[in-house]
Amino acid sequence: MDYLQTKGRIFDIQRYSIHDGTGIRTICFLKGCVLRCKWCCNPESQEYAVQEMTVRGKKKIIGRDVTVAEVMETVEKDRPYYNRSGGGLTLSGGESLCQPDFARDLLHAAKSAGINTAMESMGCAGWETVERLLPYLDHYLLDIKHMDSAKHKEFTGKGNELMLENAKKIAAFRGVRLSIRVPVIPTFNDTPEEIRAIAAFAQRLPGVEDIYLLPYHRLGQDKYEGLGRKYELPDILPPEPAHMELLKGVVESNTSLRCQIGG
Amino acid sequence: MAKYYTQEIPKTERIPKLVAHLYAKMPEIESARARLITESYQATEDKPIIMRRALAFEHILDNIPIIIRENELIAGSTTIAPRGCQTYPEFSYKWLEAEFETVATRKADPFYIAEQTKRELLEADAYWEGKTTSELATSLMAPETLKAMEHNIFTPGNYFYNGVGHVTVQYDRVLAVGFQGIIEDVEKELAGCNPGAADYCTKVPFLQAVIISCRAVIRYAQRYADLAQKEAENCSDAARKQELLQIAANCRNVPARGAESFYEACQSFWFVQQLLQLESSGHSISPGRFDQYMYPYYKKDLDGGKLTREFAQELLDCIWVKLNDLNKCRDAASAEGFAGYSLFQNLIVGGQDKEGNDVTNDLSFMCISASKHVFLPQPSLSIRVWNKTPHDLMIKAADLTRTGIGLPAYYNDEVIIPSLQSRGLTLEDAREYNIIGCVEPQKAGKTEGWHDAAFYNMCRPLELVFSNGWDKGEKISIETGRVEDMATFEEFYDAYKKQMDYNISLLVNADNAIDVAHAVRCPLPFLSCMVDDCIKRGKTVQEGGAIYNFTGPQGFGIANMADSLYAVKKLVFDEKKVTLAEYKRALAMNYGQGFDAVSAGEIVAQIAGEMARNGMTVDEGQIAAMIQTVMETELPAEEKKKYEDLRAMIDEVPKFGNDVEEVDMFARDVAYTYTKPLLNYRNPRGGQFQAGLYPVSANVPLGAQTGATPDGRLAHTPVADGVSPSAGKDVFGPTAAANSVSKLDHGIASNGTLFNQKFHPTALSGEKGLENFVALIRSYFDQKGSHMQFNVVDRETLLDAQAHPDKYAHLVVRVAGYSALFTTLSKSLQDDIIRRTEQGF
Repeated sequence: MDYLQTKGRIFDIQRYSIHDGTGIRTICFLKGCVLRCKWCCNPESQEYAVQEMTVRGKKKIIGRDVTVAEVMETVEKDRPYYNRSGGGLTLSGGESLCQPDFARDLLHAAKSAGINTAMESMGCAGWETVERLLPYLDHYLLDIKHMDSAKHKEFTGKGNELMLENAKKIAAFRGVRLSIRVPVIPTFNDTPEEIRAIAAFAQRLPGVEDIYLLPYHRLGQDKYEGLGRKYELPDILPPEPAHMELLKGVVESNTSLRCQIGG
Repeated sequence: MAKYYTQEIPKTERIPKLVAHLYAKMPEIESARARLITESYQATEDKPIIMRRALAFEHILDNIPIIIRENELIAGSTTIAPRGCQTYPEFSYKWLEAEFETVATRKADPFYIAEQTKRELLEADAYWEGKTTSELATSLMAPETLKAMEHNIFTPGNYFYNGVGHVTVQYDRVLAVGFQGIIEDVEKELAGCNPGAADYCTKVPFLQAVIISCRAVIRYAQRYADLAQKEAENCSDAARKQELLQIAANCRNVPARGAESFYEACQSFWFVQQLLQLESSGHSISPGRFDQYMYPYYKKDLDGGKLTREFAQELLDCIWVKLNDLNKCRDAASAEGFAGYSLFQNLIVGGQDKEGNDVTNDLSFMCISASKHVFLPQPSLSIRVWNKTPHDLMIKAADLTRTGIGLPAYYNDEVIIPSLQSRGLTLEDAREYNIIGCVEPQKAGKTEGWHDAAFYNMCRPLELVFSNGWDKGEKISIETGRVEDMATFEEFYDAYKKQMDYNISLLVNADNAIDVAHAVRCPLPFLSCMVDDCIKRGKTVQEGGAIYNFTGPQGFGIANMADSLYAVKKLVFDEKKVTLAEYKRALAMNYGQGFDAVSAGEIVAQIAGEMARNGMTVDEGQIAAMIQTVMETELPAEEKKKYEDLRAMIDEVPKFGNDVEEVDMFARDVAYTYTKPLLNYRNPRGGQFQAGLYPVSANVPLGAQTGATPDGRLAHTPVADGVSPSAGKDVFGPTAAANSVSKLDHGIASNGTLFNQKFHPTALSGEKGLENFVALIRSYFDQKGSHMQFNVVDRETLLDAQAHPDKYAHLVVRVAGYSALFTTLSKSLQDDIIRRTEQGF
């Protein structure tokens, strides 16, 4: 049971999450990310370092070091809801793969306790890192943001080759359900062509059945200011519902995937 | 094949027309009943009270104006004006006279009243001076009880000023045998009365009174038959003519005889529902398990090819509209407490039969559809949930919840059935429970539950601990010692328990005095003929004729008291960051946040009282000036900062509603300070007191009577609602809040608990949203929660509705134990609803 003592750095635990994976879930947000997406709604997740952020005029410390056992104490509280809804624990971030041991051990602890596990991730790590935690994962919610590596790099800081390569390997890994999630960001990837390209890639991944189109929102904008940073996409607006429906139609007419708007 | 039909049956064009007609105007007060009952009482002064009641009821039913509204299929209206109300001077009347000029313009539940009506009411009311139940009750109360009421420790206003209601009668029996059948039974009982029996002189007049009442009801239906016939003759529209002829035929047969069709059963049900409210002014007269007792008639007609599902649905929809036609004018203060023109007619679907089989049927689904079609606050639709409740029914219910109507409320059989058994119900009866009013469970047709007997403000006894039994310059309670001298938390908590116990005993006194007053002055023969075992016992329900008798007053402010006592324990005794003396001063100074006019008035009244005792006279002008001075007084910055620091410290102490085991278990114990002592008391009908933990919407007005509390709550702001956490204090979402609330002992609060959650619509969107929502309810119930209800509406919508009420005339929100039209609520209650933590977004 040593894995219960593994330490990691998180910045939030959010209960009653119903938009990330199946059923009613508890999300544990791990701190630190490899990407720097310009639209990121959790900018406080990006740095591994503990930070200070101003929230509604008050200074707040973002990031704390906890053991797997400590996280599990909160996760356990909503077990009746997981049982009834098919929910469980979801790891999010940041990029959970930046803390591979902690992520793996958290998933291990949940799985051993009979709690369903999911992870939201970009898959942006070496395969050997990804591979180590797959045995403890029920559902991989993999972000694919763009098929054009250059544009991917321009908006996130990194090319997409590693993630796409990992996507294929995860899909081939037995026992893990893989779903593809696409944040739909105006000026970045919101044209029918761009979405169609992602959907076509997802369609070719064996076992993938769902694709989620997550409309851009601005709820994270204030946090940039709170962190003393500049928000780089101040002028873009959330996509209109009609446009989201159009993109959904693009996915559905070009693939056999189930497409859902929102988580 | 599925056991029941679950498809949505569309509403007909008739329904929106009925709704539009009903809501075209402000409801109106009418004087017919007041005039008629007064005439009758003046003519029967030589008769026993039970006979006077029956004769008055008869006189009213024979003479009150009747109307069939446009497009109605179910007839029977208490007033000519849609949603109008009659008055009930035998219970109380002075408040209305005092409010004649403001009742049409007040914020909560306004009523139009014509000048002529005012004159007629004044004339009728003159007779009732000294003859009302409220006056008799007052004379029966101990002086210290009156003092406690005057100081707002509790208020038994509901039954003090009105009829009791809060009952579910044997609708099934009326549907089966009609009032002629009941009269036959009563005649048999009469024939068996032995003049030598001890109860002969009370039983015989009672039984005769029942017969008079039942015959009056039959004649009343005949009046409708005649009216429908006459209107049919003058009707040029062939379709409507046919409808009116059918109404006439129905009213000829029911409720005189047993219903021969589903349509007749609907009409028969309606007369019972309407006339119970015309007999007395009680609210929460609850249809109960409508899907159960109506089902045999539905099934028979459906199987016999005499009824289509579409027409059955239309009839249900018509009844749903009619339930909103009944109305009641309350005094201004109560209107705030019960806001939303609500009559709390609770109608419940699903659940088990007496043998423990699930009895969900087609009608269970159609009742939910009816609420969706009509989209009005009445009936207070409820659903019984147990381990074998079909998932389809839960999804159907959740789909209604998602519309934002605040219906249905969800009840947990797995808690309520054993809880009722612990109060002496048989297992069979407990399994057949339904809900009265907001959240109060009981067995229909056997119970006089007095379910909404008072609001008891659990915060006020804590104020009395700090003041050592004094309030506003008067000693009103026992002395529990100077708080400054209390050395341990146990001592402090013990003082709270003593203040609770003492005031609970006064609450009991108030309720029992009112109980006796109803038995003496307003026994109800019509109601009593549909509750066992009144006929056999020869007594009305008011005199103890029912098999199960309870009195259920509500405690509220659990969350505030849990958070307050916990904060005192932590900050004063565990961490020694502040003394009780400092705490006391901070509370008195409202944490340095200044005094509103209420507090300033109280302070000045106290000073003026002392001055008067010292022989100094103070005139009104001086008092007004003093109030102004107090309100404008600025505390020294240093002192103000001290209080603000304390409040910041309090804010850091964990609060109920966040799934913190220690705090939650503490709250459980605090709830016991109310629920346990009550069980020791008996009422005059031979029954037991039992606690409920829910406030209707009184948490706002009664919060306005409460000073600052040690949980950081400022003076005169709302207290927490039901067993829900304090507004905005639960910050970990709905599962954490539900876990905390589930840790209270819901079983001991056998008069019901109320847990409100507010959801943004996105939390319930899509099929997945419904599934997760149902799972949330199931999980709370797995943990032995008793009741759950939801507001599903976004904050922006509410703010917009507040700003543009005309755009949102039909916006329904769940207030507390019931749904109400948002725009009819007072501004403060609207604000409270907006303030409740928005969950799941």
